[in-house]
Amino acid sequence: MRLDFLRGERLPNIWCPGCGNGIVLHALLEAIDQLQLDPDKVVLVSGIGCSSRAPAYTAFDNVHTLHGRAIPVATGIKLANLDLTVIVVTGDGDSSAIGGNHLIHAARRDVNITVVVFNNYNYGMTGGQASPLTPISSITTTTPNGNLDRPFDLVKLAAGAGATYVARSGIYFTKHLVDHLRKAIAHDGFSLVDAVAQCPTYFGRFNKKGSAGQMVTSQKDWMVLKSVAEKKTPEELAGKIIIGEFVNIERHAPVSAAAPKEQA
Amino acid sequence: MPEKKTFKITHNRKWCKNCGICVAVCPKKVFKIDRNDRHAIVNPQDCIGCQMCVEHCPDFALAVEEVKNE
Repeated sequence: MRLDFLRGERLPNIWCPGCGNGIVLHALLEAIDQLQLDPDKVVLVSGIGCSSRAPAYTAFDNVHTLHGRAIPVATGIKLANLDLTVIVVTGDGDSSAIGGNHLIHAARRDVNITVVVFNNYNYGMTGGQASPLTPISSITTTTPNGNLDRPFDLVKLAAGAGATYVARSGIYFTKHLVDHLRKAIAHDGFSLVDAVAQCPTYFGRFNKKGSAGQMVTSQKDWMVLKSVAEKKTPEELAGKIIIGEFVNIERHAPVSAAAPKEQA
Repeated sequence: MPEKKTFKITHNRKWCKNCGICVAVCPKKVFKIDRNDRHAIVNPQDCIGCQMCVEHCPDFALAVEEVKNE
């Protein structure tokens, strides 16, 4: 990662000690560096939340928009200038609850943007309330006796809505995360990467997950690579989540938001 | 037998928040959180340059570079 991608005068960042958002941002900057994109042609768009502070620490152009409305703004930026690489940096609540409708319709339209979801399983900025991705029976501020509702599977949601690249990765597996972020940014069409991070301050403390370091290294125990999971039985996979690339198809409407074809 | 490579660990004290993630991910126990809850580099000679701490540092506070012996 190039240090000149960061705004040094803005650091240290606002996140709590041990927050996973910095690790996802590190991986995102590494992926942009590996793709050798022109820094002047990269735009990061974010909504509201802990994760959405991330673009402010980067040297790229960025827009900090309303809660959940990052994807419509990103769609507008992409349509106005097709040369730009537009990346939406969003959290789990921002993308799946407040901006849930925008997410599925951007996937349906197959807008050529990349959505990176910093998934820490709760609303960290406002005090650890339950989000639509909070696992069942987890303790949060709003569910002190355990969450009763089933969580969204963001990967299946995006794939069902028509996204043409969907992947999930965890912050412990940084090489895996960088690989999939790089493929998502290079992909022509709507791409979504669910980056599972940790919130040691709220989700980790309420659910007795240990220190930030233990939360990071424990991802080895409850994450399974997709190629390994295909050989296992559903009983062996209970309580685990599968990481890897789930959808990677050609975009179905090449005229929608791709570069306009020259008239013959 | 090839000569053991040496690495220089740069730690930015101003950006570090002493969260301990580098202590947990380092395979060679190079780092430690000391008695005052402060990050400390205790075994820099054991570093193998795997970059795990650099990639997992949420605060961009660590850098590991190979020292070239001419």
